[in-house]
Amino acid sequence: MAKVFIYPATSLMLSDLVARYGHKPLGSALSVREHIQAGGFDSPPLQITPEDPKKGLHWAAVEVPSGVRGRMSLYGPLVEEADAAIIIEESDFAFGCMGCARTNELLIFLLKQKGVPVLELSYPKTKEEGVTFVASIRTFLAELGGEKA
Amino acid sequence: MSRPVRIAQLTCGADYSGVQNEIAEAAKAVDAEVFYPDISLNDLRRDFDSFGLNVKSPDLKLVIARAKALVTGKVEADAVFIGSCFRCAEAAIVRTELRRYIHMNSTLPVVSYSFTERTTSGTLLTRMEALTTIARRRALLAREKQTGITMGVDSGSSTTKCVIMKENEIIGTGWEPTIEVLKSSDLVVEAALAEAGLTMNDIEAIGTTGYGRFLIGKHLNADLVQEELTVNSKGAVYLADNQHGPATVIDIGGMDNKAISVMDGIPGTFTMGGICAGASGRFLEMTAKRLGIDITELGPLAMKGMGEEVPMNSYCIVFGTQSLVNALAAGSTPEDVAAAACHSVAEQVFEQQLQEIDIREPVIMVGGTSLIQGLVRAMGELLQTKIIVPHHSQYIGATGAALLASGFVDRKKE
Repeated sequence: MAKVFIYPATSLMLSDLVARYGHKPLGSALSVREHIQAGGFDSPPLQITPEDPKKGLHWAAVEVPSGVRGRMSLYGPLVEEADAAIIIEESDFAFGCMGCARTNELLIFLLKQKGVPVLELSYPKTKEEGVTFVASIRTFLAELGGEKA
Repeated sequence: MSRPVRIAQLTCGADYSGVQNEIAEAAKAVDAEVFYPDISLNDLRRDFDSFGLNVKSPDLKLVIARAKALVTGKVEADAVFIGSCFRCAEAAIVRTELRRYIHMNSTLPVVSYSFTERTTSGTLLTRMEALTTIARRRALLAREKQTGITMGVDSGSSTTKCVIMKENEIIGTGWEPTIEVLKSSDLVVEAALAEAGLTMNDIEAIGTTGYGRFLIGKHLNADLVQEELTVNSKGAVYLADNQHGPATVIDIGGMDNKAISVMDGIPGTFTMGGICAGASGRFLEMTAKRLGIDITELGPLAMKGMGEEVPMNSYCIVFGTQSLVNALAAGSTPEDVAAAACHSVAEQVFEQQLQEIDIREPVIMVGGTSLIQGLVRAMGELLQTKIIVPHHSQYIGATGAALLASGFVDRKKE
């Protein structure tokens, strides 16, 4: 089983696909769940406090906007944990969406820098492209050694 | 009990910066509530495309679509708070354009702010208070004439001022440096009463403003305790006799600066503070001290100098003072240094704050620093307009408070 970072990290479909093929998806659900379950946080809706952007300094310098650093405090640890990544570019809002373009650029860069296997795909616009899209993901996940659903 | 003022929140990055709670707390403190305008995915796609500003961040796309929902009336609100992360260029463009868009296409009061993880509810409080005042007290802000005998006290970070007005005229003033808030307030009240030839029993209503407004408001049992953004706007257009139509009010204070775009005496968009002491009246005080002159002499001295001869343009009061010391050591004249200091402050305010509002003529400068002619000249040059400095401009907050407090005289009579 490999830990696969998914981009967009909020994509439930992508998360489900990765899990179906026997791998562990690394996405928003994981990092946000940890924040919600941890005691003592009181900043709704994501339970992020001003301490989190400071933790984000590990991945982005102090002159980087606080929102980018706050996001990196959630996603940075997942990138470090990742054995592989699937990146879907230009996806539809409904597929999964990450709010800050600058964070997204940094995340994709860090994933590529890491040297783990990365599958980069464009979001499908037709049914045919959709079939190829799912097949590509399946092949990529199978090559990572996961169990088939 | 009146319903809370509903402030639409158009922000990108507030939750991830850990400041969402601070925004909500600031609103709650002034009996308001923030909410995200609810829109559908289809609205988002359509309204973002039709706005025409093709930003990449999805949260900014959402902010744009939400702004359109407010302007078209699809979602109702009393006021708008636009916020984004400090130092984000993409968001800064959106913030500016949306503020302008909402201001030009609706009557909703708007404030914009760029936050960091250090932003607290205290920092946002005055802005939220101003938003709720504009939304809740339009009738009070519409007052154009002072009636009865009223007092206004402005407890600022550097100075405390008091004005007594009677039937639309200023009849007494008091001015003291702010040391102990209550003691300074007592002194200015005493001075103003003495000049007016009145006692406290003659005063029919009292208004307080400035940083110490709550404390002195309680101390004086004030009828009106009001933040300085709306009070100064009112005072400025009243004293400049420009109560109708557009105007821009600039107040460079001792601790923070206010720039307010006004329509018919009511603030539309405004910005407050947020930059360093190199762009405040405090730097001019430091300059006067280093030149060995009184602050009142700095303006006339600056008028004789050529600021371009001296390199000085720092946000930071320490670096600014360094430039000042270096210039004097290199043989610059006190006149040139004074002019450069005025230009430096004006330039920081112009670059950092005036970009946050729409400058509409006439431009009215108020507050104690408006008496420094060199600063007014520098600001006029940067804005390429003739700046109006009304009489009693250093008493702007106290005058605005006395004017607005007279609304309570009428109520008491009823």
